[in-house]
Amino acid sequence: MSNLIEVYKLSKHFPIPSGLFSRKKKYVYALDEISFTLGENETLGLVGESGCGKSTASRTILNLITPTAGEVWFQGQNLFALKPSERRKLRQGIQIVFQDPFGSLNPRLMVKRIVEEPLLTHKIGNRASRKDEVEKALTRVGLLPEHMNRFPHEFSGGQRQRIMLARALILKPKLIIADEPVSALDVSVQAQMLNLLKRLQKEMGLSYIFISHDLGVIRHVSHKVAVMYLGGIVEIANVDDLYKEPLHPYTISLLSSIPVPDPKKKNRKKVILQGDVPSPRNPPTGCRFHTRCPDCMDICTKIKPDSRLIKKDHIVACHLHQGGQVWEPPLPNQEK
Amino acid sequence: MTLLDVRSLHTFFKTPSGIVKAVDGVSLEARKGEILGIVGESGCGKSVLALSILGLLPMPPAFFDQGQILFNDVDLLKVSNEEMRNIRGDRISMIFQEPMTALNPVYTVGNQLAEVYQVHRNMTKKQALEKSVHMLEKVGIPGPENRLKEYPHQLSGGLRQRVMIAMALACEPQLLIADEPTTALDLNIPAQILDLMSKLRKELGTAIIMITHDLGVIAEITDRVMVMYTGSVMESTSTLELFERPLHPYTKGLLKSIPGTSSSIEDELYEIKGNVPSLLDLPPGCKFNTRCPLAADICIQKRPELREIYPEHFVACWRVDNV
Repeated sequence: MSNLIEVYKLSKHFPIPSGLFSRKKKYVYALDEISFTLGENETLGLVGESGCGKSTASRTILNLITPTAGEVWFQGQNLFALKPSERRKLRQGIQIVFQDPFGSLNPRLMVKRIVEEPLLTHKIGNRASRKDEVEKALTRVGLLPEHMNRFPHEFSGGQRQRIMLARALILKPKLIIADEPVSALDVSVQAQMLNLLKRLQKEMGLSYIFISHDLGVIRHVSHKVAVMYLGGIVEIANVDDLYKEPLHPYTISLLSSIPVPDPKKKNRKKVILQGDVPSPRNPPTGCRFHTRCPDCMDICTKIKPDSRLIKKDHIVACHLHQGGQVWEPPLPNQEK
Repeated sequence: MTLLDVRSLHTFFKTPSGIVKAVDGVSLEARKGEILGIVGESGCGKSVLALSILGLLPMPPAFFDQGQILFNDVDLLKVSNEEMRNIRGDRISMIFQEPMTALNPVYTVGNQLAEVYQVHRNMTKKQALEKSVHMLEKVGIPGPENRLKEYPHQLSGGLRQRVMIAMALACEPQLLIADEPTTALDLNIPAQILDLMSKLRKELGTAIIMITHDLGVIAEITDRVMVMYTGSVMESTSTLELFERPLHPYTKGLLKSIPGTSSSIEDELYEIKGNVPSLLDLPPGCKFNTRCPLAADICIQKRPELREIYPEHFVACWRVDNV
């Protein structure tokens, strides 16, 4: 399977404003050399605590934030090396759906205007054809064409999320970045939304980068899952491998400690982490997880672990796992 | 032992567009040392129920149409505001959902925590601060002496929630109401908080009412559970029984629509059709009939009462057969 998107050692360091005369600049290491690839029709789940860089990753891939280093290749082209006009064109293929269904729709615009906005930006079609497209997009996400003459406040949270999805779909993208698309929804509405996302994936051949902090949701939608901690990917694997045999102590603790909707499992062994995520301004030396790791060893405080390919498609960065071989992300756009 | 006995509580709101029946005939019992879960989607009345018990609703627009809230055999709806102030924070206390906004940003943690002791136990500031250090230690905050001097914005979400719990438990209340205490928290912090709460329950024998929309939290920590929908109780039983033998179509739907429990990515999730109806525009008869797969004529004509189908297992549904 050819890769739709390849992310190669992508980093983003935000400078911290310091004194006017101070020489040494400090940085927040929001994103630190993350690499992954995603094929067509596939979903990559990104999990991690807040501040782990999930959202920075999504925005950097979209070039909404300029990366410090690294490359993103989409459909065989390096997004960052293109001229702005060409990049704009290519970017039509990547769209984003945000978390907050209340804050990301302009309350003064009618749904029609909100949904057709991408067409206007990219100067596609005329008035009649755009209206046609809006109708189609709304129908596709399970809304009615007559909804286009209403305002966002007339809709419930779940419906607003559908409007956002319609806006993302109108340019017929190949990849949708969904940043916590269901976290603000109730359980019964969340199920409707997840089913819709999966149905659209089949119908339109979409790929998703699906960001969530809900491990149940991630398991339900993803083909592969990347677990992030303090700006780096600590483990990436196919969904079944990750949930059945997690390797990184962080993943293990996450999976064991989330509340499971089954009272018979409430006495299972749980690895509950203590404390909070350290500040990315001043990340710990060595392995970034060592301050909270239940299996911390001497070496972890000093040396940053390499990513190792332990078995097929299962990569982990932890000193406990020395099997397999050191994994270097493949250079992008190389024919295999 | 029954500590809190809510009998047929009706909490309504007067609004320009009509009367909103936020809590519409709810009865519940909280027992010593037991955790009662209340689960439901937004708008089901679970938070209004909690605020009714604490007497924290603004009146008007809120008013109690009928019902009793018996706490240690005293009807809380009849006590004076002053008495209620003495009970609140002392014998009944509450943990709110948003640790970001529930703490006062202009006072230090120490100030806010010590205030509880100063008000309810008539301690001097010095004594109160000593007690506060002890309390912060108990809820697992490292370096409590230094934390007392910090302001809420200097703490992370998990720590703030711990401070909230410390404040709520300061006077060793008999009843603790926790309204979505883990919802606003990060991935693995809920586990820490739930762990802490069940430990404290064992130590202090506090009765806890746990309000949440997360069935995972319900399964994890509660002993009994009530499922609410648009202001009414749909099903009420022990937690084990609810997950093993759910009877109400709404409960069944909720349980089936949790993602990630079935292993295959190809499976479609079960959907409960439509949306929660507006409280101003409820369907006649059973309030769930617009979304129910089993709805029949009787469901539209008459509202079902709670019936005991199995021992201690109550359901409000016409379509569940008596056993």
